[in-house]
Amino acid sequence: MKQLRWLAALPALGMLAGPFFLNRVEPLVLGMPLLLAWLVGCTVATSAIMGLIYLTDPANREPEEGP
Amino acid sequence: MNAALAIIALAVVVALGLGLRARSGHDMDMEQWSVGKRGFGTLLVFLLMAGEIYTTFTFLGGSGWAYGKGGPTYYILCYLTLIYVISYWILPPAWRFAKERNLFSQPDYFAARYDSQSLGILVALVGIVALVPYMVLQLKGLGIIVATASYGAISQTVAIWIGAAVLTVYVMVSGVRGSAWTAVLKDFMILFVVMFLGIYLPYHYYGGIGEMFTAIDTAKPGFLALPDRGQSATWFASTTLLTALGGWMFPHIFASIYTASDARTFRRNAVFLPLYQLMLLFVFFAGFAAVLQVPGLTGPDVDLSLFRIALQTFPPWFVGVIGATGVLTALVPGSMILIAGSTLIAQNLYRPLARNATDATTGRLAKGIAPLLAIACVGFTLYGGETIVQLLLIGYAVVTQLFPAFFFSLLRNNPLTRAGAMAGILAGVTAVAITVVGGYTLAKLFPGLPGPVQDLNIGVVALALNLAVAFAVSLAGKRTRQTALS
Repeated sequence: MKQLRWLAALPALGMLAGPFFLNRVEPLVLGMPLLLAWLVGCTVATSAIMGLIYLTDPANREPEEGP
Repeated sequence: MNAALAIIALAVVVALGLGLRARSGHDMDMEQWSVGKRGFGTLLVFLLMAGEIYTTFTFLGGSGWAYGKGGPTYYILCYLTLIYVISYWILPPAWRFAKERNLFSQPDYFAARYDSQSLGILVALVGIVALVPYMVLQLKGLGIIVATASYGAISQTVAIWIGAAVLTVYVMVSGVRGSAWTAVLKDFMILFVVMFLGIYLPYHYYGGIGEMFTAIDTAKPGFLALPDRGQSATWFASTTLLTALGGWMFPHIFASIYTASDARTFRRNAVFLPLYQLMLLFVFFAGFAAVLQVPGLTGPDVDLSLFRIALQTFPPWFVGVIGATGVLTALVPGSMILIAGSTLIAQNLYRPLARNATDATTGRLAKGIAPLLAIACVGFTLYGGETIVQLLLIGYAVVTQLFPAFFFSLLRNNPLTRAGAMAGILAGVTAVAITVVGGYTLAKLFPGLPGPVQDLNIGVVALALNLAVAFAVSLAGKRTRQTALS
């Protein structure tokens, strides 16, 4: 499932492109300005996607490297 | 001595104790001192990496920026998250390469990959130029914290000297293993303090987080978003990208890769470290809470905002707890910087020139250099005060210039030659030096460009120039070699 790694580009894209489209304060989401809430969402999504990539990466199923 | 200072002093003593304890049972040779014998598991590497990236800049600077600049601050959350996304793929191959060859420092990596000692020396010089401003920031943070927590009894200058002395002693007795164990204590404290401040202050002063943001938005419309010009969306995206690429190129952060005992450690950390960055959110909240409560701080003084609002809100003992946390956030990265900087000078500047140097003499020299490096940094802190932000910008822009040579070295067929890598780094660093020292921005250089393009971080230009020169020189080198052969 090596193709899954391209998913990692999504939150990065969200962080870099988001400010161009969501640069506003209202409406507040979870009490936060819209832009900040969007970036927080991207951060959480990053962890979820990296978790998925970790679980499906064949490199992590080989025996541990090192001593 | 008031309660605040007593608590800070206690934290320093505990940290020194941890440093000494971490040392027991381990032979303090160069490999142990600089890279912990490459024996750290997931948790220690996690804490070390979180510990050295989560510095006083994030603690005081993050809240200071939220207070002084508003919306543009969010970039800190983004670049720190992206740093770990990148780490999943770039750290394991770099770690494997370094382990096979028993490398100690960042320049070692470049020298070995490109089989060029002169490239190693160049990378060491670039690294030292970038480390100094990073260290100056930690010392400046220490100065602010101790001076504030002493309620003026200790001046910033005295505080900076004390801080540098503590750092040096700490580094000389303990090494990177001590830094990792202090990071454990530090991260527990910071987690508690930051979350408490980020929730308590908005509720105490505004009745809630949403209420706080509404109040700020009413008082200062647009402050919580990005401005249309200057630190606009273009600035945000280009700065986030540049700093995310540059992050791993700081010598002390690069060296922490070597401490890991296996490559999977990095992949595991790439899952959890982004989530850990959400702690920054509470730093921002605390900074925003100060906006309407302690107004009037401008320029470099915005860094004081967190402590000003703390002084106004809490009794001295709690100011001490915040101060102790702040001191530890300076101690962990500060010690890493001193270790990496001294290793760099001993291993990559002195050793190539002194043919008869052994591991033992290089190790002793590295420890001897640590106090000198600390004193030099104190000098920059005390006499270069006003240009700190400029220095930090130089630091980041400078180290980012190492990224292309590093990135291409990971590919199976590296398109860059030795000369190409060196020429690219030189061109990039020179471009950074000229633009930053001259105070140039794209807007000043090219007034004809459309507005959003002018807001691009000028580091992008240096990086583009770096790539162009690196490729041109590499291609030219390959072609002459081919003609010579035929």
